[in-house]
Amino acid sequence: MASKQQGVKPVTTVSSAGHSRRDFLYIATGAVAAVGGAATLVPLISQMNPDASTIAAGAPIEVDLSPIAEGQVIKVFWRGKPIFVEHRTKKEIDEARSVDLASLPDPQTDQSRVKEGHDQWLVLIGICTHLGCIPLAHQGNYDGFFCPCHGSQYDTSGRIRQGPAPLNLAVPPYAFLTDTKIRIG
Amino acid sequence: MSGHSTYQPQSGFMKWMESRLPIAGLVHSSFIAYPTPRNLNYWWTFGGILSFMLGVQIITGIVLAMHYTPHATLAFNSVESIMRDVNYGWLLRYLHSNGASMFFIAVYIHMFRGMYYGSYKAPREVLWILGVILYLLMMATGFLGYTLPWGQMSFWGATVITNFFSAFPGIGEALVTFLWGGYSVGNPTLNRFFSLHYLLPFVIAGVVVLHVWALHVVGQNNPTGIEPKGDRDTVPFTPYATLKDGFFISLFCIMFAWFVFYTPNFLGHADNYIPANPAVTPQHIVPEWYYLPFYAILRAIPNKLLGVLALFGSIIILAFLPWLDTSRVRSARYRPLYKQFFWLFFAVCIGLGWLGSKPAEGGYVLAARVLTFYYFAHFIIVLPLLGIFEKTKPLPNSISESVLKEGVPLGAPAPAPTAKV
Amino acid sequence: MIVSRTLLALVATAFLAAPAAAQEHGAPQPPAQKWSFAGPFGKFDQAQLQRGFKVYKEVCASCHSLSLISFRNLAEPGGPGYSAAQAAAVAAEYKVQDGPNDAGEMFERAGRPADMFPHPFPNDNAARAANGGALPPDMSVLAKARTYERGFPWFVFDIFTQYQEQGPDYIHAILMGYEEAPKGFTLPPGAHYNKYFPGHAIGMPPPISDGQVTYDDGSPQTIDQYGKDVSAFLMWTAEPHMMARKRLGLQVMIFLLVLTGLLYFTKKKVWKQVEHA
Ligand code: HEM
Ligand code: FES
Repeated sequence: MASKQQGVKPVTTVSSAGHSRRDFLYIATGAVAAVGGAATLVPLISQMNPDASTIAAGAPIEVDLSPIAEGQVIKVFWRGKPIFVEHRTKKEIDEARSVDLASLPDPQTDQSRVKEGHDQWLVLIGICTHLGCIPLAHQGNYDGFFCPCHGSQYDTSGRIRQGPAPLNLAVPPYAFLTDTKIRIG
Repeated sequence: MSGHSTYQPQSGFMKWMESRLPIAGLVHSSFIAYPTPRNLNYWWTFGGILSFMLGVQIITGIVLAMHYTPHATLAFNSVESIMRDVNYGWLLRYLHSNGASMFFIAVYIHMFRGMYYGSYKAPREVLWILGVILYLLMMATGFLGYTLPWGQMSFWGATVITNFFSAFPGIGEALVTFLWGGYSVGNPTLNRFFSLHYLLPFVIAGVVVLHVWALHVVGQNNPTGIEPKGDRDTVPFTPYATLKDGFFISLFCIMFAWFVFYTPNFLGHADNYIPANPAVTPQHIVPEWYYLPFYAILRAIPNKLLGVLALFGSIIILAFLPWLDTSRVRSARYRPLYKQFFWLFFAVCIGLGWLGSKPAEGGYVLAARVLTFYYFAHFIIVLPLLGIFEKTKPLPNSISESVLKEGVPLGAPAPAPTAKV
Repeated sequence: MIVSRTLLALVATAFLAAPAAAQEHGAPQPPAQKWSFAGPFGKFDQAQLQRGFKVYKEVCASCHSLSLISFRNLAEPGGPGYSAAQAAAVAAEYKVQDGPNDAGEMFERAGRPADMFPHPFPNDNAARAANGGALPPDMSVLAKARTYERGFPWFVFDIFTQYQEQGPDYIHAILMGYEEAPKGFTLPPGAHYNKYFPGHAIGMPPPISDGQVTYDDGSPQTIDQYGKDVSAFLMWTAEPHMMARKRLGLQVMIFLLVLTGLLYFTKKKVWKQVEHA
């Protein structure tokens, strides 16, 4: 302790404390602190994702098709999204199938958008692929769907034909449980 | 903030920036070059801990507010859905509810530290008063937050506390109706409490900035209570204080984590897991632990208005401490009598806290009266007289001298605390 | 010096006088049980939670709601460990009100995993009317909403021992606490004497008797065992993420110990060159 008696040296800068920046201890401390900081972000970010009740409420739903008359479209909700279930007429199906695929912005056959043997049933997510508005059924130049927001036009298969929307109306996952009952989701 | 701008911008961009918005220089002078006394002990890390806890409360609070619903019929269940369904919701809620207690543990240590070492004395009066304002704001914020889960204690705590204001003669009833937005605590009350609970932490953050500004103008006090006399007595804030603070924050987090992960409901009340019921008052209504001493003071006084005034007075009196303490020596280290009275005062505060948790009957009330009397006597009688009669120990000539010869009396006469060097 | 000694003595007397003056009121402390979920490494015993659920379903559910719990919870990690299909099967045993349908009518359908446990009564007043004026409390967070005074110094030790099972201890004690009212105790009409209930006059008649619920894992079919099982189940409904909490707690503790140690040595190293007090 004799050296202490000589008096206290002023400490003004970091480097005068006489250590090297590349010291392992400092790097280890900094690294561990950084890992901790990053781990803290996990719960803060994760809480933004849907919670367990929202996920549970997004379970598949069943829709009874028997009350839907030919030419009628109904709207049901699945995961908070509107789902169109349309009972198409023969004319509408024929229209959808007589289109030259090459002329479509997002080419898909009508057959690939319905379930085989249930060609009259068109099931779509009723959200315009432009910016999310709900298109109106049985309207527009193609007798299908017309989006009032920015004028996208869809045909009787829900395919985009004209307007700013880039893609066809999406088909949700669904299956026929019986001839008159489907499960969406 | 300290006027010590030794900052030299390195890159071209920083030079450009510095001549337009000298924020890097401000940060440098406030948190890097800022000189701190070299003899600070760990009681000086609680300011850093408090800033850290304010950050924790604001961040967890903002996240909770994304899931919480301030409505009388939905609030309780929304908190439960945070606990059950939200990803890591239980963690965020327990961090926030226990965080409030940790915040208060830190603030109490910070305040007692200030009292022990005389940190409120000239030229630090404004700094101290800003601290008292922060403490009041924290109490208000904690109270408003505790209402939000809308359990039995939330509801009845809100009822009892807002009824303080009914004590004011003439206007009392109109005043509480105004505060409630109704004829009793109800949905309008919950809505405004939520809005204010969201607002106040940001007011706190603003006052913290003033508090730190005032601190950096006058500099930190230190265990000797004598002012640094130049570079020999100080070290730069970074890395010395930053690392010391960081180490203690980390240690503090261990305690915090213990409560959050292992005994998350220890500091709360079981009754708050019963949804608010305006028809039934809980058997034993007690505030959160951090209000208990004041609750004991309130109940010690048999008159409603005087009880409320004593409660507010017991906090307001802190603001006058710089003038009530007449001693010219700051630190209790050199004040043998004050040191004893300090610990006695500390014991009285703990005693009041314990009494606040007990039913207001029999011997408890009597004990609370004795301690309440002493609480005020400490400020109004003991401190003014001590400054006159106490024979203080000789002060060292400088911090560096005290560092070198810890505990050895140096025989120098006690000089008046010097103003800023 | 003398002043402060006198004052200290005064304060001490006040402290000693206080508890003597306050009357002893309330019930005896519920005996502490051994719980698998106690302590820093505590875990729920899945078989016990399943038995406790059976007791709830067959006995308590006729009066007590469980309104914050949904069927899907039964299959979530950290709980009784049913499969998703089992939870769906439990849900389907219940009738849940839904609607209104296109005709504007409410209708009943089989429960789904996302549904909450239905209430046994249409509303609180109906529940009171059916129970002699006493409202059977909802059980979702009951195990956290019930406690008893631990008193000094136990409440300080509890921080370190992490004892926080007052709720389940209390629920178990209530089931075990029915007795003949002692002579001189006037029981209000319709009430029952219970040793552990504050005030002793409880509205709930003894809800369960030995052998009432059939266990198929060979556990004793006694009130004591039923009480332990249903209390454990209710601890889980009150704190469904307890196991995740303790697991993360251990990781956080280890992390903080490492970080604190590193910071300590870093701090020491940096300060080494500086004389300080
Ligand atoms: C000074 C900082 C703060 C303190 C001392 C504080 C204190 C509290 C307290 C004691 C509770 C009751 C906890 C319980 O028993 O459940 C609470 C709840 C709440 N606070 Fe804060 N708080 C602060 C900052 C904030 C901020 C900045 C926000 C939002 C921006 C916020 C949002 C909430 C919400 C949504 C609740 C209800 C959820 C719950 O009960 O857990 N808090 N706060
Ligand atoms: S959203 Fe449908 S056209 Fe823009």
